[in-house]
Amino acid sequence: MSRIVVITSGKGGVGKTTTAASLAAGLARAGHRTAVVDFDVGLRNLDLVMGCERRVVFDFVNVINGDARLNQALIKDKRLSNLSILPASQTRDKDALTPDGVERVLDELRADFDYVICDSPAGIERGAHLASYHADDAIVVTNPEVSSVRDSDRVLGLLASRTRRAEQGDDPVREHLLLTRYDPQRVKKGDMLSVEDVQEILAINLLGVIPESQSVLNASNAGIPVVLEDGEDAGQAYNDAIARYLGEDRPHRFLQAERRGLFGRMFGG
Amino acid sequence: MKAMGIADYFRERRRSRRGSASVAKERLQIIVSHERAERGGPDYLPMLRQELLEVVRRYVTVDPDAVRVDVERDGPHEVLELNITLPERMEEGAQR
Repeated sequence: MSRIVVITSGKGGVGKTTTAASLAAGLARAGHRTAVVDFDVGLRNLDLVMGCERRVVFDFVNVINGDARLNQALIKDKRLSNLSILPASQTRDKDALTPDGVERVLDELRADFDYVICDSPAGIERGAHLASYHADDAIVVTNPEVSSVRDSDRVLGLLASRTRRAEQGDDPVREHLLLTRYDPQRVKKGDMLSVEDVQEILAINLLGVIPESQSVLNASNAGIPVVLEDGEDAGQAYNDAIARYLGEDRPHRFLQAERRGLFGRMFGG
Repeated sequence: MKAMGIADYFRERRRSRRGSASVAKERLQIIVSHERAERGGPDYLPMLRQELLEVVRRYVTVDPDAVRVDVERDGPHEVLELNITLPERMEEGAQR
């Protein structure tokens, strides 16, 4: 039974696309047939983060409009054979995604893949609604910062009321919290909301905490999902989160500030 | 600029101990609980919204999200707040 997973947040710039790329790559590496779909019509970016931007021929909207078959638009990842990417269209027509069209494409993807990852655009408008409408699971990407937490709570409200599962009275969408750009040093100093604070406010299952890390930028610069960077803290944290998503029980890491000497404390800021 | 004196350093440290995170948490708890209460408005709201949308659409082409209906509680009173966002340029909207 395949599952549709939406990566959502409300607020922009918190790490949705980074997370979509890493979750997709991680699931594929674990042996699952995985497709990742960019719903950010007008602002195509997932292809760039995944390093396949030069291989885009057709896109999501072309498939919906019948200008291309799904198989023609799907880009097979060069690193992982069971990973495919469906890029967003760069059209400026924001009505290009139709509810029927999205449903048709997702149904077709469901038949061929174990996991379909939907990378939602920011906001709570049409595109975000369509990305989350068919979801079985939702990963709510949140930064430990007031506006992001508030937006995440609004998104949770929408997941509980405006999805197919909510409308049809099925089991609710399974909601997971992924806290990104976490800086234990600043948490310890009392300048940043702690993982416990955010969990207390949002009250959903904690899937993982991704530390603030240079490796995230390095990976996106190179077009590599950061989860494939096994030597890096952020890559390991994503790996743990994916293992938890698949039902494994793993302790949370990277939550404590590194011990620093007096010199580091005085000059490290 | 002169380097920070030892006394200043420790004073600064003590002040930052309290930190802004606890303020953030408090403010979030208040606003989030407020917004959650609004969410649990009366059941007829979605229908009302839909019908209003249909009426508006007889005259102007608007997004499905353009009509917002919220219930605000103010003591014993409930205030029904209605918000309709029209397209940026009316002529364009009407022609479509």
